[in-house]
Amino acid sequence: MIELAFLIIFPTIVAFLLLFISRGAFRDSVVKIAALVIGAGSVYLLIRYYNQGLVLFSAPFEPATEIMFGIELIIAVLLLYLGIRYRKYLAVVLVLFQTALLLLVELVLLSDAHPETNLFIDQFSLIMAMIIGIIGTLICVYSLGYMETYHTRHPEVKDRRRLYFFMVFVFLAAMFGLVFSNNLLWVFFFWEITTLCSFILIGYAETHEATNNAFLALEMNLLGGIAFAGALIYVLSVDPTGGLLEIENLLASGHAIALIPAVLLGFAGITKAALMPFSSWLVGAMVAPTPVSALLHSSTMVKAGVYIIVRFAPVLTGTPEGLIIGLIGGFTFLLASAIAISQSNAKKVLAYSTIANLGLIVACAGVGTYKLVWAAILLIIFHAIAKSLLFLCVGTVEHRIGSRNIEDMSGLIIRMPKLAVMMIVGIAGMFLAPFGMLISKWAAIEAFIEAQFGLIFVAILAFGGSLTVFFWSKWMGKILSFDPNAVGEEKSVKVEKWLVLYILTGLTVLICLIFPLISSTLIEPFVLAVYGQTARLSQDNLIIMAMMLFLLMIMPFSMLISGNNGKKVSAYMGGRPTSPDLKFAGSMGITRDVTLTNYYFNDMFGEKRLLMTGTALCFGLILLAGVILAGMIL
Amino acid sequence: MISLWTALLFIILAPFIGGLVSGIDRKVTARMQGRVGPPILQPFYDVGKLFEKENLVVTTTQNFYVLSYLVFIIVSGALFFAGGDMLLVIFAFTLAHIFLVLGGYASYSPYSFIGAERELIQIIAYEPMIILTAVGMYMVAGSFFVSDIAASSLPLIMYLPGVFIGFLMVLTIKLRKSPFDLSTSHHAHQELVKGVTTEFTGPSLAKIEIAHWYENVFLLGVIFLFFAFSIPLALAALVIAYLLEILIDNTFSRVKWQFTLRSAWIIAGMLGLVNLAVLYYLAGGLLP
Repeated sequence: MIELAFLIIFPTIVAFLLLFISRGAFRDSVVKIAALVIGAGSVYLLIRYYNQGLVLFSAPFEPATEIMFGIELIIAVLLLYLGIRYRKYLAVVLVLFQTALLLLVELVLLSDAHPETNLFIDQFSLIMAMIIGIIGTLICVYSLGYMETYHTRHPEVKDRRRLYFFMVFVFLAAMFGLVFSNNLLWVFFFWEITTLCSFILIGYAETHEATNNAFLALEMNLLGGIAFAGALIYVLSVDPTGGLLEIENLLASGHAIALIPAVLLGFAGITKAALMPFSSWLVGAMVAPTPVSALLHSSTMVKAGVYIIVRFAPVLTGTPEGLIIGLIGGFTFLLASAIAISQSNAKKVLAYSTIANLGLIVACAGVGTYKLVWAAILLIIFHAIAKSLLFLCVGTVEHRIGSRNIEDMSGLIIRMPKLAVMMIVGIAGMFLAPFGMLISKWAAIEAFIEAQFGLIFVAILAFGGSLTVFFWSKWMGKILSFDPNAVGEEKSVKVEKWLVLYILTGLTVLICLIFPLISSTLIEPFVLAVYGQTARLSQDNLIIMAMMLFLLMIMPFSMLISGNNGKKVSAYMGGRPTSPDLKFAGSMGITRDVTLTNYYFNDMFGEKRLLMTGTALCFGLILLAGVILAGMIL
Repeated sequence: MISLWTALLFIILAPFIGGLVSGIDRKVTARMQGRVGPPILQPFYDVGKLFEKENLVVTTTQNFYVLSYLVFIIVSGALFFAGGDMLLVIFAFTLAHIFLVLGGYASYSPYSFIGAERELIQIIAYEPMIILTAVGMYMVAGSFFVSDIAASSLPLIMYLPGVFIGFLMVLTIKLRKSPFDLSTSHHAHQELVKGVTTEFTGPSLAKIEIAHWYENVFLLGVIFLFFAFSIPLALAALVIAYLLEILIDNTFSRVKWQFTLRSAWIIAGMLGLVNLAVLYYLAGGLLP
């Protein structure tokens, strides 16, 4: 148990330490050492517990819960102050409402509740801990260099780096706490901390837009928090002794009791995972510095949302409510993938792709058969790695070329060859065989066919999957096109940034090679323990995919084989006169530039229209679930 | 389940069959247009001559993309004929085409750039239907493995008529037949010069042509699966389907990409999905 407590408490201590360090070099070394310790700690955790299955720990409930309650009240007061100061009265009302619910729980309902086993670890928690402990800390190290450049480039933004690193490490601690807590009350505490962290980090720049988007994120997550508090109240009113507060007991208590809290938590998860109709907060969150986006999208925040839904998948499976949650995920996947086509802002494309993939994970978890839960966990792993790599690549490119527009990345392979290759690996990891995300999508198709109403999801995957092919490939093509005007400009990227990028690129490829091992040691035992049966890919397919990956890795060497590579000529310009740098030479000495831009299909896949469709559709589904739920409670 | 021999047979024989089919295609097309047409073996002469020409490139990475395109087309076809997992075959097939698209992008030439974009549109137009085809076969035969589907004694075509028509529709796109020859065309009347393949000449173009032969044999193999319960019927179906494609090629003029995308998706949705839904719910879900 000491390992779990360490991973929660140590980042917190480091966070407070960083709050008081203002010297750059000292901060750098503290962050790096802390990252190393946390990473090593989570690896140690893996080695220690990977073969032990579910282990419950009887952490002391009393003082800890009271401290958490105190912190929650302080946070509520802080949010109220900020809400009034910035005149965000919706946030104020939500905070007040949530605090009222919390007071009801803590002061009235909790009086004679004494949950025993408050911490736990199983293979799923371990996987999440590895994602937080390795990817999360890598992003921390990356942000050292990034924030340095960020502040030289944005002198108008007040340097609040002490707050930044404080928040980032608190974020990591809260995520560890969230995945290790067996007590729902504790999960709720950490849940609220992640909401607060994201609120402050999104608003970091303190511009009008940043503040607005931060409050948007806060409001939507508070809605989820209220649903979460509702789940706590329901559980405590069913069982005043608090035994059902323990997740494991709640899961074991069967549909009759667990379904209502599971749906409420599912709603909370949907807000946190930014599914439609709540997707706008995650898109708005891109005003934050890029490492924050990387953190929110890959290892923290949204992953907390899908974590809780996957946890409760065994309760949701086979129920109409679970199907509705699955459908919300499915429609989000389809529509967010379509919207990504119409976007030229790289961070926005990444944001919509995240929303789409979270939708897919929730679709898997909502339908919730054992094969789908297997696929969902695989998706969480692959997505975390590839998405963090892509965000950090975009962040680095943005600082070099001063733009995050995909159109401006034309010829990146000449301008920044190493970064371009890393980006290509990340993009390939998102949609191409034999890389990670595709493997999970494939597993999801196979699993959905056998599920109830699965055909809807198979169709969503078939169409949505091809949409993802489109927006990723055209981005790839833009990067790889040999723009004749491009010149190398890859200097002055910091060593630690390179190191982080190298590690993440390596992980993206490595994970495809070793995922059968991860599956057999972690995912399959977890699914087996929960469902009594488990899924896996067939041996033949694994071998073939390994061969494909190998082939893909040796193919680039064909370029090295000296021989007849062909005579270089300039591109065909329709037989018109051109200047040597490929501009059309008109009469009377006028030259016209050649500009090649991608298709965006705004009339077909425009953001506004599809977002409206998605909001209406998913909002309707949520209402439907709400009505069913109300019927069950009454 | 995986048979190396049939895969090897495919790798060796497919170019000859594909080239021959292409030669017959050109002959029949010529006769439809009232011409005599080239000899049946003309495609082989063409490719042979292309290999003798000098390789002109805008950037040397084009060679890499073309080689990867050819290799992964062969991989996906070989996997199909070895009896592998249909979905994996489709994913390898998509991967191969992404390489062709990237080859088109790489040269930064206006024509091949737009050709590459259009090739991508074609990919998203046909991919859902191909996946639904695999799903339909799974629902009837109970397995995604081509070997199991081929060994199934059930007449797939009787269960999947809608899926079959949908597949014929995307076959027109895949064979680069008019009205859907948007990204590159066998015909001379093309507003994008040679579209995605504009910047490929000589040996590179020859490799693309060979890849196309492999691809066609693979696609004919998918048609075969619909009729696998009776080999004579299957062969007849192959001939009729291909002649139908040639007829369509010669009777329709090229349409815009919007129409291609919409019609492909609507047909996939209307025929493919409805067919699957009927199977799924009325016939009691999975068949034995």
